[in-house]
Amino acid sequence: MSDVLVRGGLVVGVDGAERVDVLVRDGVLADRGPSLDAPAGARVVEAGDCWIGPGFVDLHAHLREPGAEAAETIESGARAAAIGGYSLVVAMANTEPAIDSAALVEYVLSRGSRACVEVAVTGAITVGRRGESLAPMAEMAALGVRLFSDDGVGVQDPAVMRRAMLYAGALGVRLGEHCEDERLVAGGSMNEGVLSSRLGLVGRPAMAEELMVLRDIELARWTGAAIHFLHLSTARSLAMVASARREGLDVTSEVAPHHFTLDESACADFDPLFKVHPPLRRAEDVAALREALVRGEVDAVATDHAPHPPESKDLPFDEAPAGVLGLEHAASLTYEALGSEECDPRRFFDLLSRGPARVARVRPEDPRPRHGGHGGALRVGDDANLVVFDPGARWVVDRDELHGRSRNTPYHGRAMRGRVRATIARGVLVVDDGELT
Amino acid sequence: MIDSLRGQNLLDLGDLSREAIVEVLDVAESFVEVNRRTVKKVPALKGRVVASLFFEESTRTRLSFETAAKRLSADVLSLAVASSSVKKGESLRDTIATIDALGIDAVVLRHRSSGAARQVSRYVPHVRVINAGDGLHQHPTQGLLDAFTVRAALSERRGVPAASTGADLFDGLRVLIVGDIMHSRVARSDVDAYTALGAQVHLCAPATLLPTEVATWPVSIEEDFDEALAWADVVGLLRLQHERGSGVFVPSTAEYTLTHGLTLDRARRLKPDALILHPGPMNRGVELDSRVADLPASLVTRQVASGVPVRMAVLFLSVAGTTKEERR
Repeated sequence: MSDVLVRGGLVVGVDGAERVDVLVRDGVLADRGPSLDAPAGARVVEAGDCWIGPGFVDLHAHLREPGAEAAETIESGARAAAIGGYSLVVAMANTEPAIDSAALVEYVLSRGSRACVEVAVTGAITVGRRGESLAPMAEMAALGVRLFSDDGVGVQDPAVMRRAMLYAGALGVRLGEHCEDERLVAGGSMNEGVLSSRLGLVGRPAMAEELMVLRDIELARWTGAAIHFLHLSTARSLAMVASARREGLDVTSEVAPHHFTLDESACADFDPLFKVHPPLRRAEDVAALREALVRGEVDAVATDHAPHPPESKDLPFDEAPAGVLGLEHAASLTYEALGSEECDPRRFFDLLSRGPARVARVRPEDPRPRHGGHGGALRVGDDANLVVFDPGARWVVDRDELHGRSRNTPYHGRAMRGRVRATIARGVLVVDDGELT
Repeated sequence: MIDSLRGQNLLDLGDLSREAIVEVLDVAESFVEVNRRTVKKVPALKGRVVASLFFEESTRTRLSFETAAKRLSADVLSLAVASSSVKKGESLRDTIATIDALGIDAVVLRHRSSGAARQVSRYVPHVRVINAGDGLHQHPTQGLLDAFTVRAALSERRGVPAASTGADLFDGLRVLIVGDIMHSRVARSDVDAYTALGAQVHLCAPATLLPTEVATWPVSIEEDFDEALAWADVVGLLRLQHERGSGVFVPSTAEYTLTHGLTLDRARRLKPDALILHPGPMNRGVELDSRVADLPASLVTRQVASGVPVRMAVLFLSVAGTTKEERR
């Protein structure tokens, strides 16, 4: 593991930013200060005009392994994550089989230990994600799992969710909920509204999400559990969560880049690339999500990275699977949503790193049975998980130049601003000058 | 907005301007005469190949399109889905690519998924695509033939040739569409056709069978079918599918008939010159009384007859005058 000197960048801390050099040695941030000398043999990253912050943390990546390795593997997903500036990805539990036992957690962590960035894992709340009986959360928690979710679907039965909350609360872990009432979205493939009505597509109403957000806030109040709302997509959902948070409930939330960059009009030509669950919403909702990001009312941007091989995505709209790629674009899209030149770098790193790290509880100061520290303040001695982001870079998304196994990006051809120049994960320079090392 | 169907796909009637629709109706009038000849054939599409791909059950639409293509002297490739590789899991894209490799000029597509015709038009941009019904979205030729049938009936009544009337006879015409609007591609195309031609469209259905956000449609909603009988110039009935009428969207088909069926009693309260349409297949005794279906006011069989000249017009305009070489 060679030393890395990141030179000349703006280091964005928790309280402010300063232009200092950063030296990484033996997996930790060994020194920071003006004009550090490069030790012999050190890799030097020239970061003038760049922001240096804690490596990004993705709470919501579908790495597809085990079960759908044609779409993505832990290794390929980690490469895409590294390009996107992530030093940690939390692999979602909806694999085949679902991650609902210690053995499967061990499997993912073992595969992840050989990947180029750190991989943590979400455990399923219920066995097989069937929403019926509780998965063995304690044995998974003992391996370091801190977030549990049946994502892909929410826990539909309120009695099961109540029990899961009580059980999880006692373990000190957090439940992540995919909020959509399956009965209200049955058969639906896009946002229910003016456009779905004209297109003859069965809708997935905003109400299906909002009712479940409301239900889970009330259940969390009742049980005292910690809950994380996955990929919120409507203005009302955000308002309810913000209100619950003001009351002091332990609720956190994330939004996905596609929900704050694209609206339902993208579905007008029936291109299944734009099919996601929850669906792309109205332009008003997109605007509300962007405002919430700027105001810091959500904890995290999370990608909901959902790779699909072309033969499964290229189907009639109502038959195609839901989901889009996210890991390689999220930082640029977040920068854009925060106003590009107006973007506050502290907010940027809060949303992409410190916030999600808090939700995943992988900060340096947290107890960490398994994982290194992420989302830190970049103090000397912290685990060296860093990203170098060039806010002035301009680039165009090309689906043939992506680093994962799938191509289902909805952003092909889109002009982007700001790009990850380098990623340091577990002290190793895994991306330099925008390329995998 | 498409101002003429010449050389264009027909995917969504909402894409067509009033001029484009009138052009189809006028060309269809010119083909009516062909269908009355002993030799019912013109050489307009001689040497052209029309593929008829019905991924969903259909009798009348498929027969109507294939008859229309043959009367234009086109060669028809007909894919029977039940015996095709689609059953073996072949994707829509691969099926289309296979048919395209045989050399085709047009595809007539029926599919259970909304948007399938639009997707196919992206797969084979050099081939004209005619939507013969996609999911709940559109059934453009049904909308055109309904308008054609109404215009023909009204012009006969006035003793003028239909083709000389343009869209005039639709000006202020009060069209009432009754039934399962939400799940009806016919309703979506009918609304597009009638409103483009200048008619006032009114919808009447149990609230559970109205589309979401119907207030944004260019129509009025009639809550009381019985009141609307007094003024409707045209009543277009839609099929109530049995799975919608068994406690899911309405309590029962019997209750549907009670509130929204065109019973003989209701038919008697219609204006004497009102026209009754139904796209078929009819559920006699559910959305309309069997005796009503056979009244002179009922244009149901004329609608079927109109299907052939209207689809001839659509194929002729869309396919003739453009060659694949020009398109490529």
